[in-house]
Amino acid sequence: MTEFIVVTSGKGGVGKTTSSASLAVGLARRGKKVAVIDFDVGLRNLDLIMGCERRVVYDFVNVIHGECTLKQALIKDKRFDSLYVLAASQTRDKEALTRDGVERVLKELADEGFDYVICDSPAGIEKGAALAMYFADRAVVVVNPEVSSVRDSDRILGLLSSKTRRAELGNGGVEQHLLLTRYNPARVEAGDMMSIKDVQEILGIEVLGVIPESEGVLAASNAGVPVILDDQSYAGQAYDDAVARLLGEQRSMRFLDAQKKGLFARIFGS
Amino acid sequence: MGILDFFKTRPKNTASVAKERLRIIVAQERAQRGSPDYLPLLRRELLEVIKKYVNVDPDAVLINVEREGDQEVLELSVTLPDKAPDFATGQV
Repeated sequence: MTEFIVVTSGKGGVGKTTSSASLAVGLARRGKKVAVIDFDVGLRNLDLIMGCERRVVYDFVNVIHGECTLKQALIKDKRFDSLYVLAASQTRDKEALTRDGVERVLKELADEGFDYVICDSPAGIEKGAALAMYFADRAVVVVNPEVSSVRDSDRILGLLSSKTRRAELGNGGVEQHLLLTRYNPARVEAGDMMSIKDVQEILGIEVLGVIPESEGVLAASNAGVPVILDDQSYAGQAYDDAVARLLGEQRSMRFLDAQKKGLFARIFGS
Repeated sequence: MGILDFFKTRPKNTASVAKERLRIIVAQERAQRGSPDYLPLLRRELLEVIKKYVNVDPDAVLINVEREGDQEVLELSVTLPDKAPDFATGQV
């Protein structure tokens, strides 16, 4: 049984692609067969975050239009045998995606025995975003603890519970999770940033994970190595926790407290 | 946290302000979800008509569709200005 997971947010720049890449890698690292698809047609970026940008020959739109086979377009990850990337087209526009076409590709992935298909949604609520969420079984809504991101997330939650196949069929709708990114415990403590509890109260859905703001994230995207593979960074560890929870494990939230810098850390840096 | 920070005047606890603002706007937007598309236009036109007679604030017209059992109720409320000009609260 293939599970389709959309990673979405409404607002841009909150960490959808970073999260898609790390969730996909985390699932593959646990032995799952995973495909991660970039739905941001015209603004391809997942390939860069995954570090396979030089190996893109065919893309998602090529498959939909029958210009190549799915097998030709799937880029096998160099680190994990069971992980594949399907890049977005860089030259077409979002109109190149059709619901039938997307459905055909997703069905073929299911037939190929994939355990998880991660759909990395573009920002906004236009066609690309609508199609990325339409066939989802679960949704990971990426949100920053910041007013515009939280408001947009709520809009997305509304669309998930009305404009998806599961909602239309009336079989319980899409299972929704919040993934809080760019969380800065020190600022939360100072009262300058909404806390996980605040965001949870406003949006009213369960939190899958909290990713602390971390220098590791930029370093990881610079290198094309998803941050979950950086065991030293808190962000990487927090993503691994999120993956475990996605698979049903119970793990308590970490990295929610501001680090108390001792004299030593103040002098030598942390 | 240095001594100088202590003297800096800065808005206290902006996070709670954000939370309160979001709580209100999110509740409002959820209430509008699934309501007919023509509501904003209807609201604007009603406002134009009312303005011909009373100088009301743009926030003064509240319009809502509520479901009660199997019928829908269009709820309309207009806040008329006080004698002394004041900020309309948008609430009746």
